[in-house]
Amino acid sequence: MIGNFDARTPSGPLDRKWTSHKDHSRLVSPNNRRKFEVIVVGSGLAGGSAAATLGELGYRAKCFCYQDSARRAHSIAAQGGINAAKNYQNDGDSVYRLFYDTIKGGDFRSREANVYRLAEVSSNIIDQCVAQGVPFAREYGGLLANRSFGGAQVSRTFYARGQTGQQLLLGCYQALCRQIAAGTVQMFPQTEMLDVVLVDGHAKGIVTRNLRTGKIDNVAADAIVLATGGYGNVFYLSTNARGCNVTATYRAYKKGALFANPCFTQIHPTCIPHSGDYQSKLTLMSESLRNDGRVWVPKQKEDAKKPPNEIPESDRDYYLERKYPSYGNLAPRDISSRAAKEVCDEGRGVGPGGRGVYLDFADAIKRLGEETIRERYGNLFEVYQKITGENAYQVPMRIYPAVHYTMGGLWVDYNLMSNIPGLFVIGEANFSDHGANRLGASALMQGLADGYFILPYTLPNYLAGQMGKRPSNDHAEFKKAERDIRAKIDNLLKINGKRSLDSIHRELGTLLWDKCGMARNKNGLEEALRKIPDLRERFWSRDCGIRVPGDGEDFNQSLERAGRVADFLEFAELMCLDALARDESCGAHFRDEHQTSEGEALRDDENFADVFAWEFQGNPATAGPKLHREPLHFETVHLTQRSYK
Amino acid sequence: MNFKLRIWRQRDAKSRGKLVKYDAPDIPAQASLLEMLDIVNERLLLRGEEPIAFDSDCREGICGTCSLTVNGEAHGPDHPGAACELYMRKFRDGETIIVEPFRVKSFPVIKDLVIDRSALDRIVQAGGFISARAGSAPEANSIPIPKHDADLSMEAAACIGCGACAAACPNASAMLFTAAKVSHLALLPQGEPERTKRVVSMVQAMDAEGFGNCTNTYECEAVCPAEISASFIAKLNREYSKASLRRSAGE
Repeated sequence: MIGNFDARTPSGPLDRKWTSHKDHSRLVSPNNRRKFEVIVVGSGLAGGSAAATLGELGYRAKCFCYQDSARRAHSIAAQGGINAAKNYQNDGDSVYRLFYDTIKGGDFRSREANVYRLAEVSSNIIDQCVAQGVPFAREYGGLLANRSFGGAQVSRTFYARGQTGQQLLLGCYQALCRQIAAGTVQMFPQTEMLDVVLVDGHAKGIVTRNLRTGKIDNVAADAIVLATGGYGNVFYLSTNARGCNVTATYRAYKKGALFANPCFTQIHPTCIPHSGDYQSKLTLMSESLRNDGRVWVPKQKEDAKKPPNEIPESDRDYYLERKYPSYGNLAPRDISSRAAKEVCDEGRGVGPGGRGVYLDFADAIKRLGEETIRERYGNLFEVYQKITGENAYQVPMRIYPAVHYTMGGLWVDYNLMSNIPGLFVIGEANFSDHGANRLGASALMQGLADGYFILPYTLPNYLAGQMGKRPSNDHAEFKKAERDIRAKIDNLLKINGKRSLDSIHRELGTLLWDKCGMARNKNGLEEALRKIPDLRERFWSRDCGIRVPGDGEDFNQSLERAGRVADFLEFAELMCLDALARDESCGAHFRDEHQTSEGEALRDDENFADVFAWEFQGNPATAGPKLHREPLHFETVHLTQRSYK
Repeated sequence: MNFKLRIWRQRDAKSRGKLVKYDAPDIPAQASLLEMLDIVNERLLLRGEEPIAFDSDCREGICGTCSLTVNGEAHGPDHPGAACELYMRKFRDGETIIVEPFRVKSFPVIKDLVIDRSALDRIVQAGGFISARAGSAPEANSIPIPKHDADLSMEAAACIGCGACAAACPNASAMLFTAAKVSHLALLPQGEPERTKRVVSMVQAMDAEGFGNCTNTYECEAVCPAEISASFIAKLNREYSKASLRRSAGE
């Protein structure tokens, strides 16, 4: 294995670890910072905030994104909010409680020290965002407002209407713009990273392709930061943007970075149901809606086809309130999603195809008035009406779970550095903080924590020992990586088959959704593992493979996507392999074989309280990836069966 | 549903483009306009023709990547909403649909329907920010902001940066875009220290990019997917006048 597989968790009491770690990390003096070049790939909340902050500190940063502007990264679509342990509501919140909720929400599959640090810096994030001019919702007295989110009994979520991700991203985009103007950050939009370059075992550069001109470039640096988001689009249909992909992290994996817990994928309970094959993506309805909406299906499956207003109160099953009385409609995402699947499997699902449940606002409108509901969720109701043509103020929304977020990602240590020295991974792209299930409003928190307040302390610790070690970009390793990338592009263009890329990607997505989605089992996963290599072979075959028109020297959207789908076709196998190896249920990873008598996820702490980190061994057909296990140590929390009853 | 399409095809920035006719039969009414283009592209590909290049990403109206003029209107006829939020059931069966890129001199065409909007980034780089170093922020609740001001600021901040305002404007003015950012920050106490400098620099950058001036036709407001009010342009003008006066008075 390249580098070091050591979590580097600092010793000492939990609440002192981060402070003492910062106190003992190496620093780079202000005069020396401009001598270091750092590559940041991705410009979402994690990448954007990291690039801006590093530029501000005096490092020279280069930030790359595939979108035409840094402001369009998919963080922009996050709706509901961002958690912070401010305890402004005087309802008993604290750093410890946010830490505990997060680690419990993740079903005890994350590192205590990382999660505690996240909770610790959460308050600074709110301060920073307010100072930047993020227009968070406020109360009449002028102070900040909060709302509740799933998996917590306190109200700690800060929000800006239903557009919190947008406003936080614009805050960090503006900070980035300031640094671009100041010349500390150089921005490369419409540029995709295609490989990481290692020199003497350290990550020292990347190979990029300019999507507009097709030009391939080698970029050398002193350290690389990947902030390239999650891989939900492996399922074809997800709430991710069309361009979201696994390419950057997967290619780093193929260069030796360990990929951790790839089977931990979050299915969000409240999305607009799937309606047909033509569909290109699924749209999320923010979890915040569950604050005021009540989830139900008919008690009898005969009623499933009736219009909802003809089903009397006594014939409705408010199944979340019934099964989880203390959290009710705010049960965590994995639990709510599975509960929806269960009632639909029983034939009680509503809408076309019977894959939907109602999210009903009638009671909230009666209690608070339509105006209040409009103020809280107006834009979400509009989105719903645009897509479905239905007015949710009058008829209940129909929702169904959809792939939304991936907890798995590249393995990192406490410094957010992968096993490859100099390769840092932040935000959704790493695996670190959410365990087997992420709580609502915690993704924004983690992205900004990593970029504003953690990486700027841990990166210098690496850089301090790297003065003058930046190679030139005509080093042989760069030339080799560039040749490989050019060959890969040529191969894609040469297939010249008969199928469209989307049709094969859709086939992969359907297979994964069935076999590695909300519930998994041994037989299904083995079946998927047999079918994926076959699908991959078809992708590349001259007779029935894909067709990529045009050439590589031009703006070629088909070629961009083909490279990403080729990576998904390999990555999917890793995901299923991980799901098969993790022979327990935990959080979002639900193995049919392991459930309690009430149908909840049944963990096996004795054998699986570990991070699964996979090492690439070459061609998957001949050598499967090698599993490394990092045992999780719980010094503070007590492992319990998660209960939201 | 069945449609006749006329779509702008242009090889690159230097080539001349033209509208090309395509048939789009058997389109599901629940499909979005972009999904209809996906279907057309899939068919073109299988026929061995080059697919139509168009930009999109989130496909839920928030990322601002869409840049289509549909039947002569920026983002098409279903306002407010971006082109990705336009559904085929809004059109008549058999209708001819004309799809072009946003037509703005400062947004050159890259290919077909894809345009270069980096001019908007440069306007923000000129001053559309609050300088707040990470680590030096005061406690968030130490700056109370009246709810009305915060809400109004949020209304301006909701801009998705698509550039439809400039596309709809007969003068190709980016005043609504610039006004939204200036107003978002000027309405908050945190934005106060850089208020004067910000508005002057941003307006200068806007002019330097070749955008036109505002003559109050309000086409921008009519097509804005984020429903940014043209009254923010009035605010921009006030901010700019005040700042210029202060500057000329040597403050």
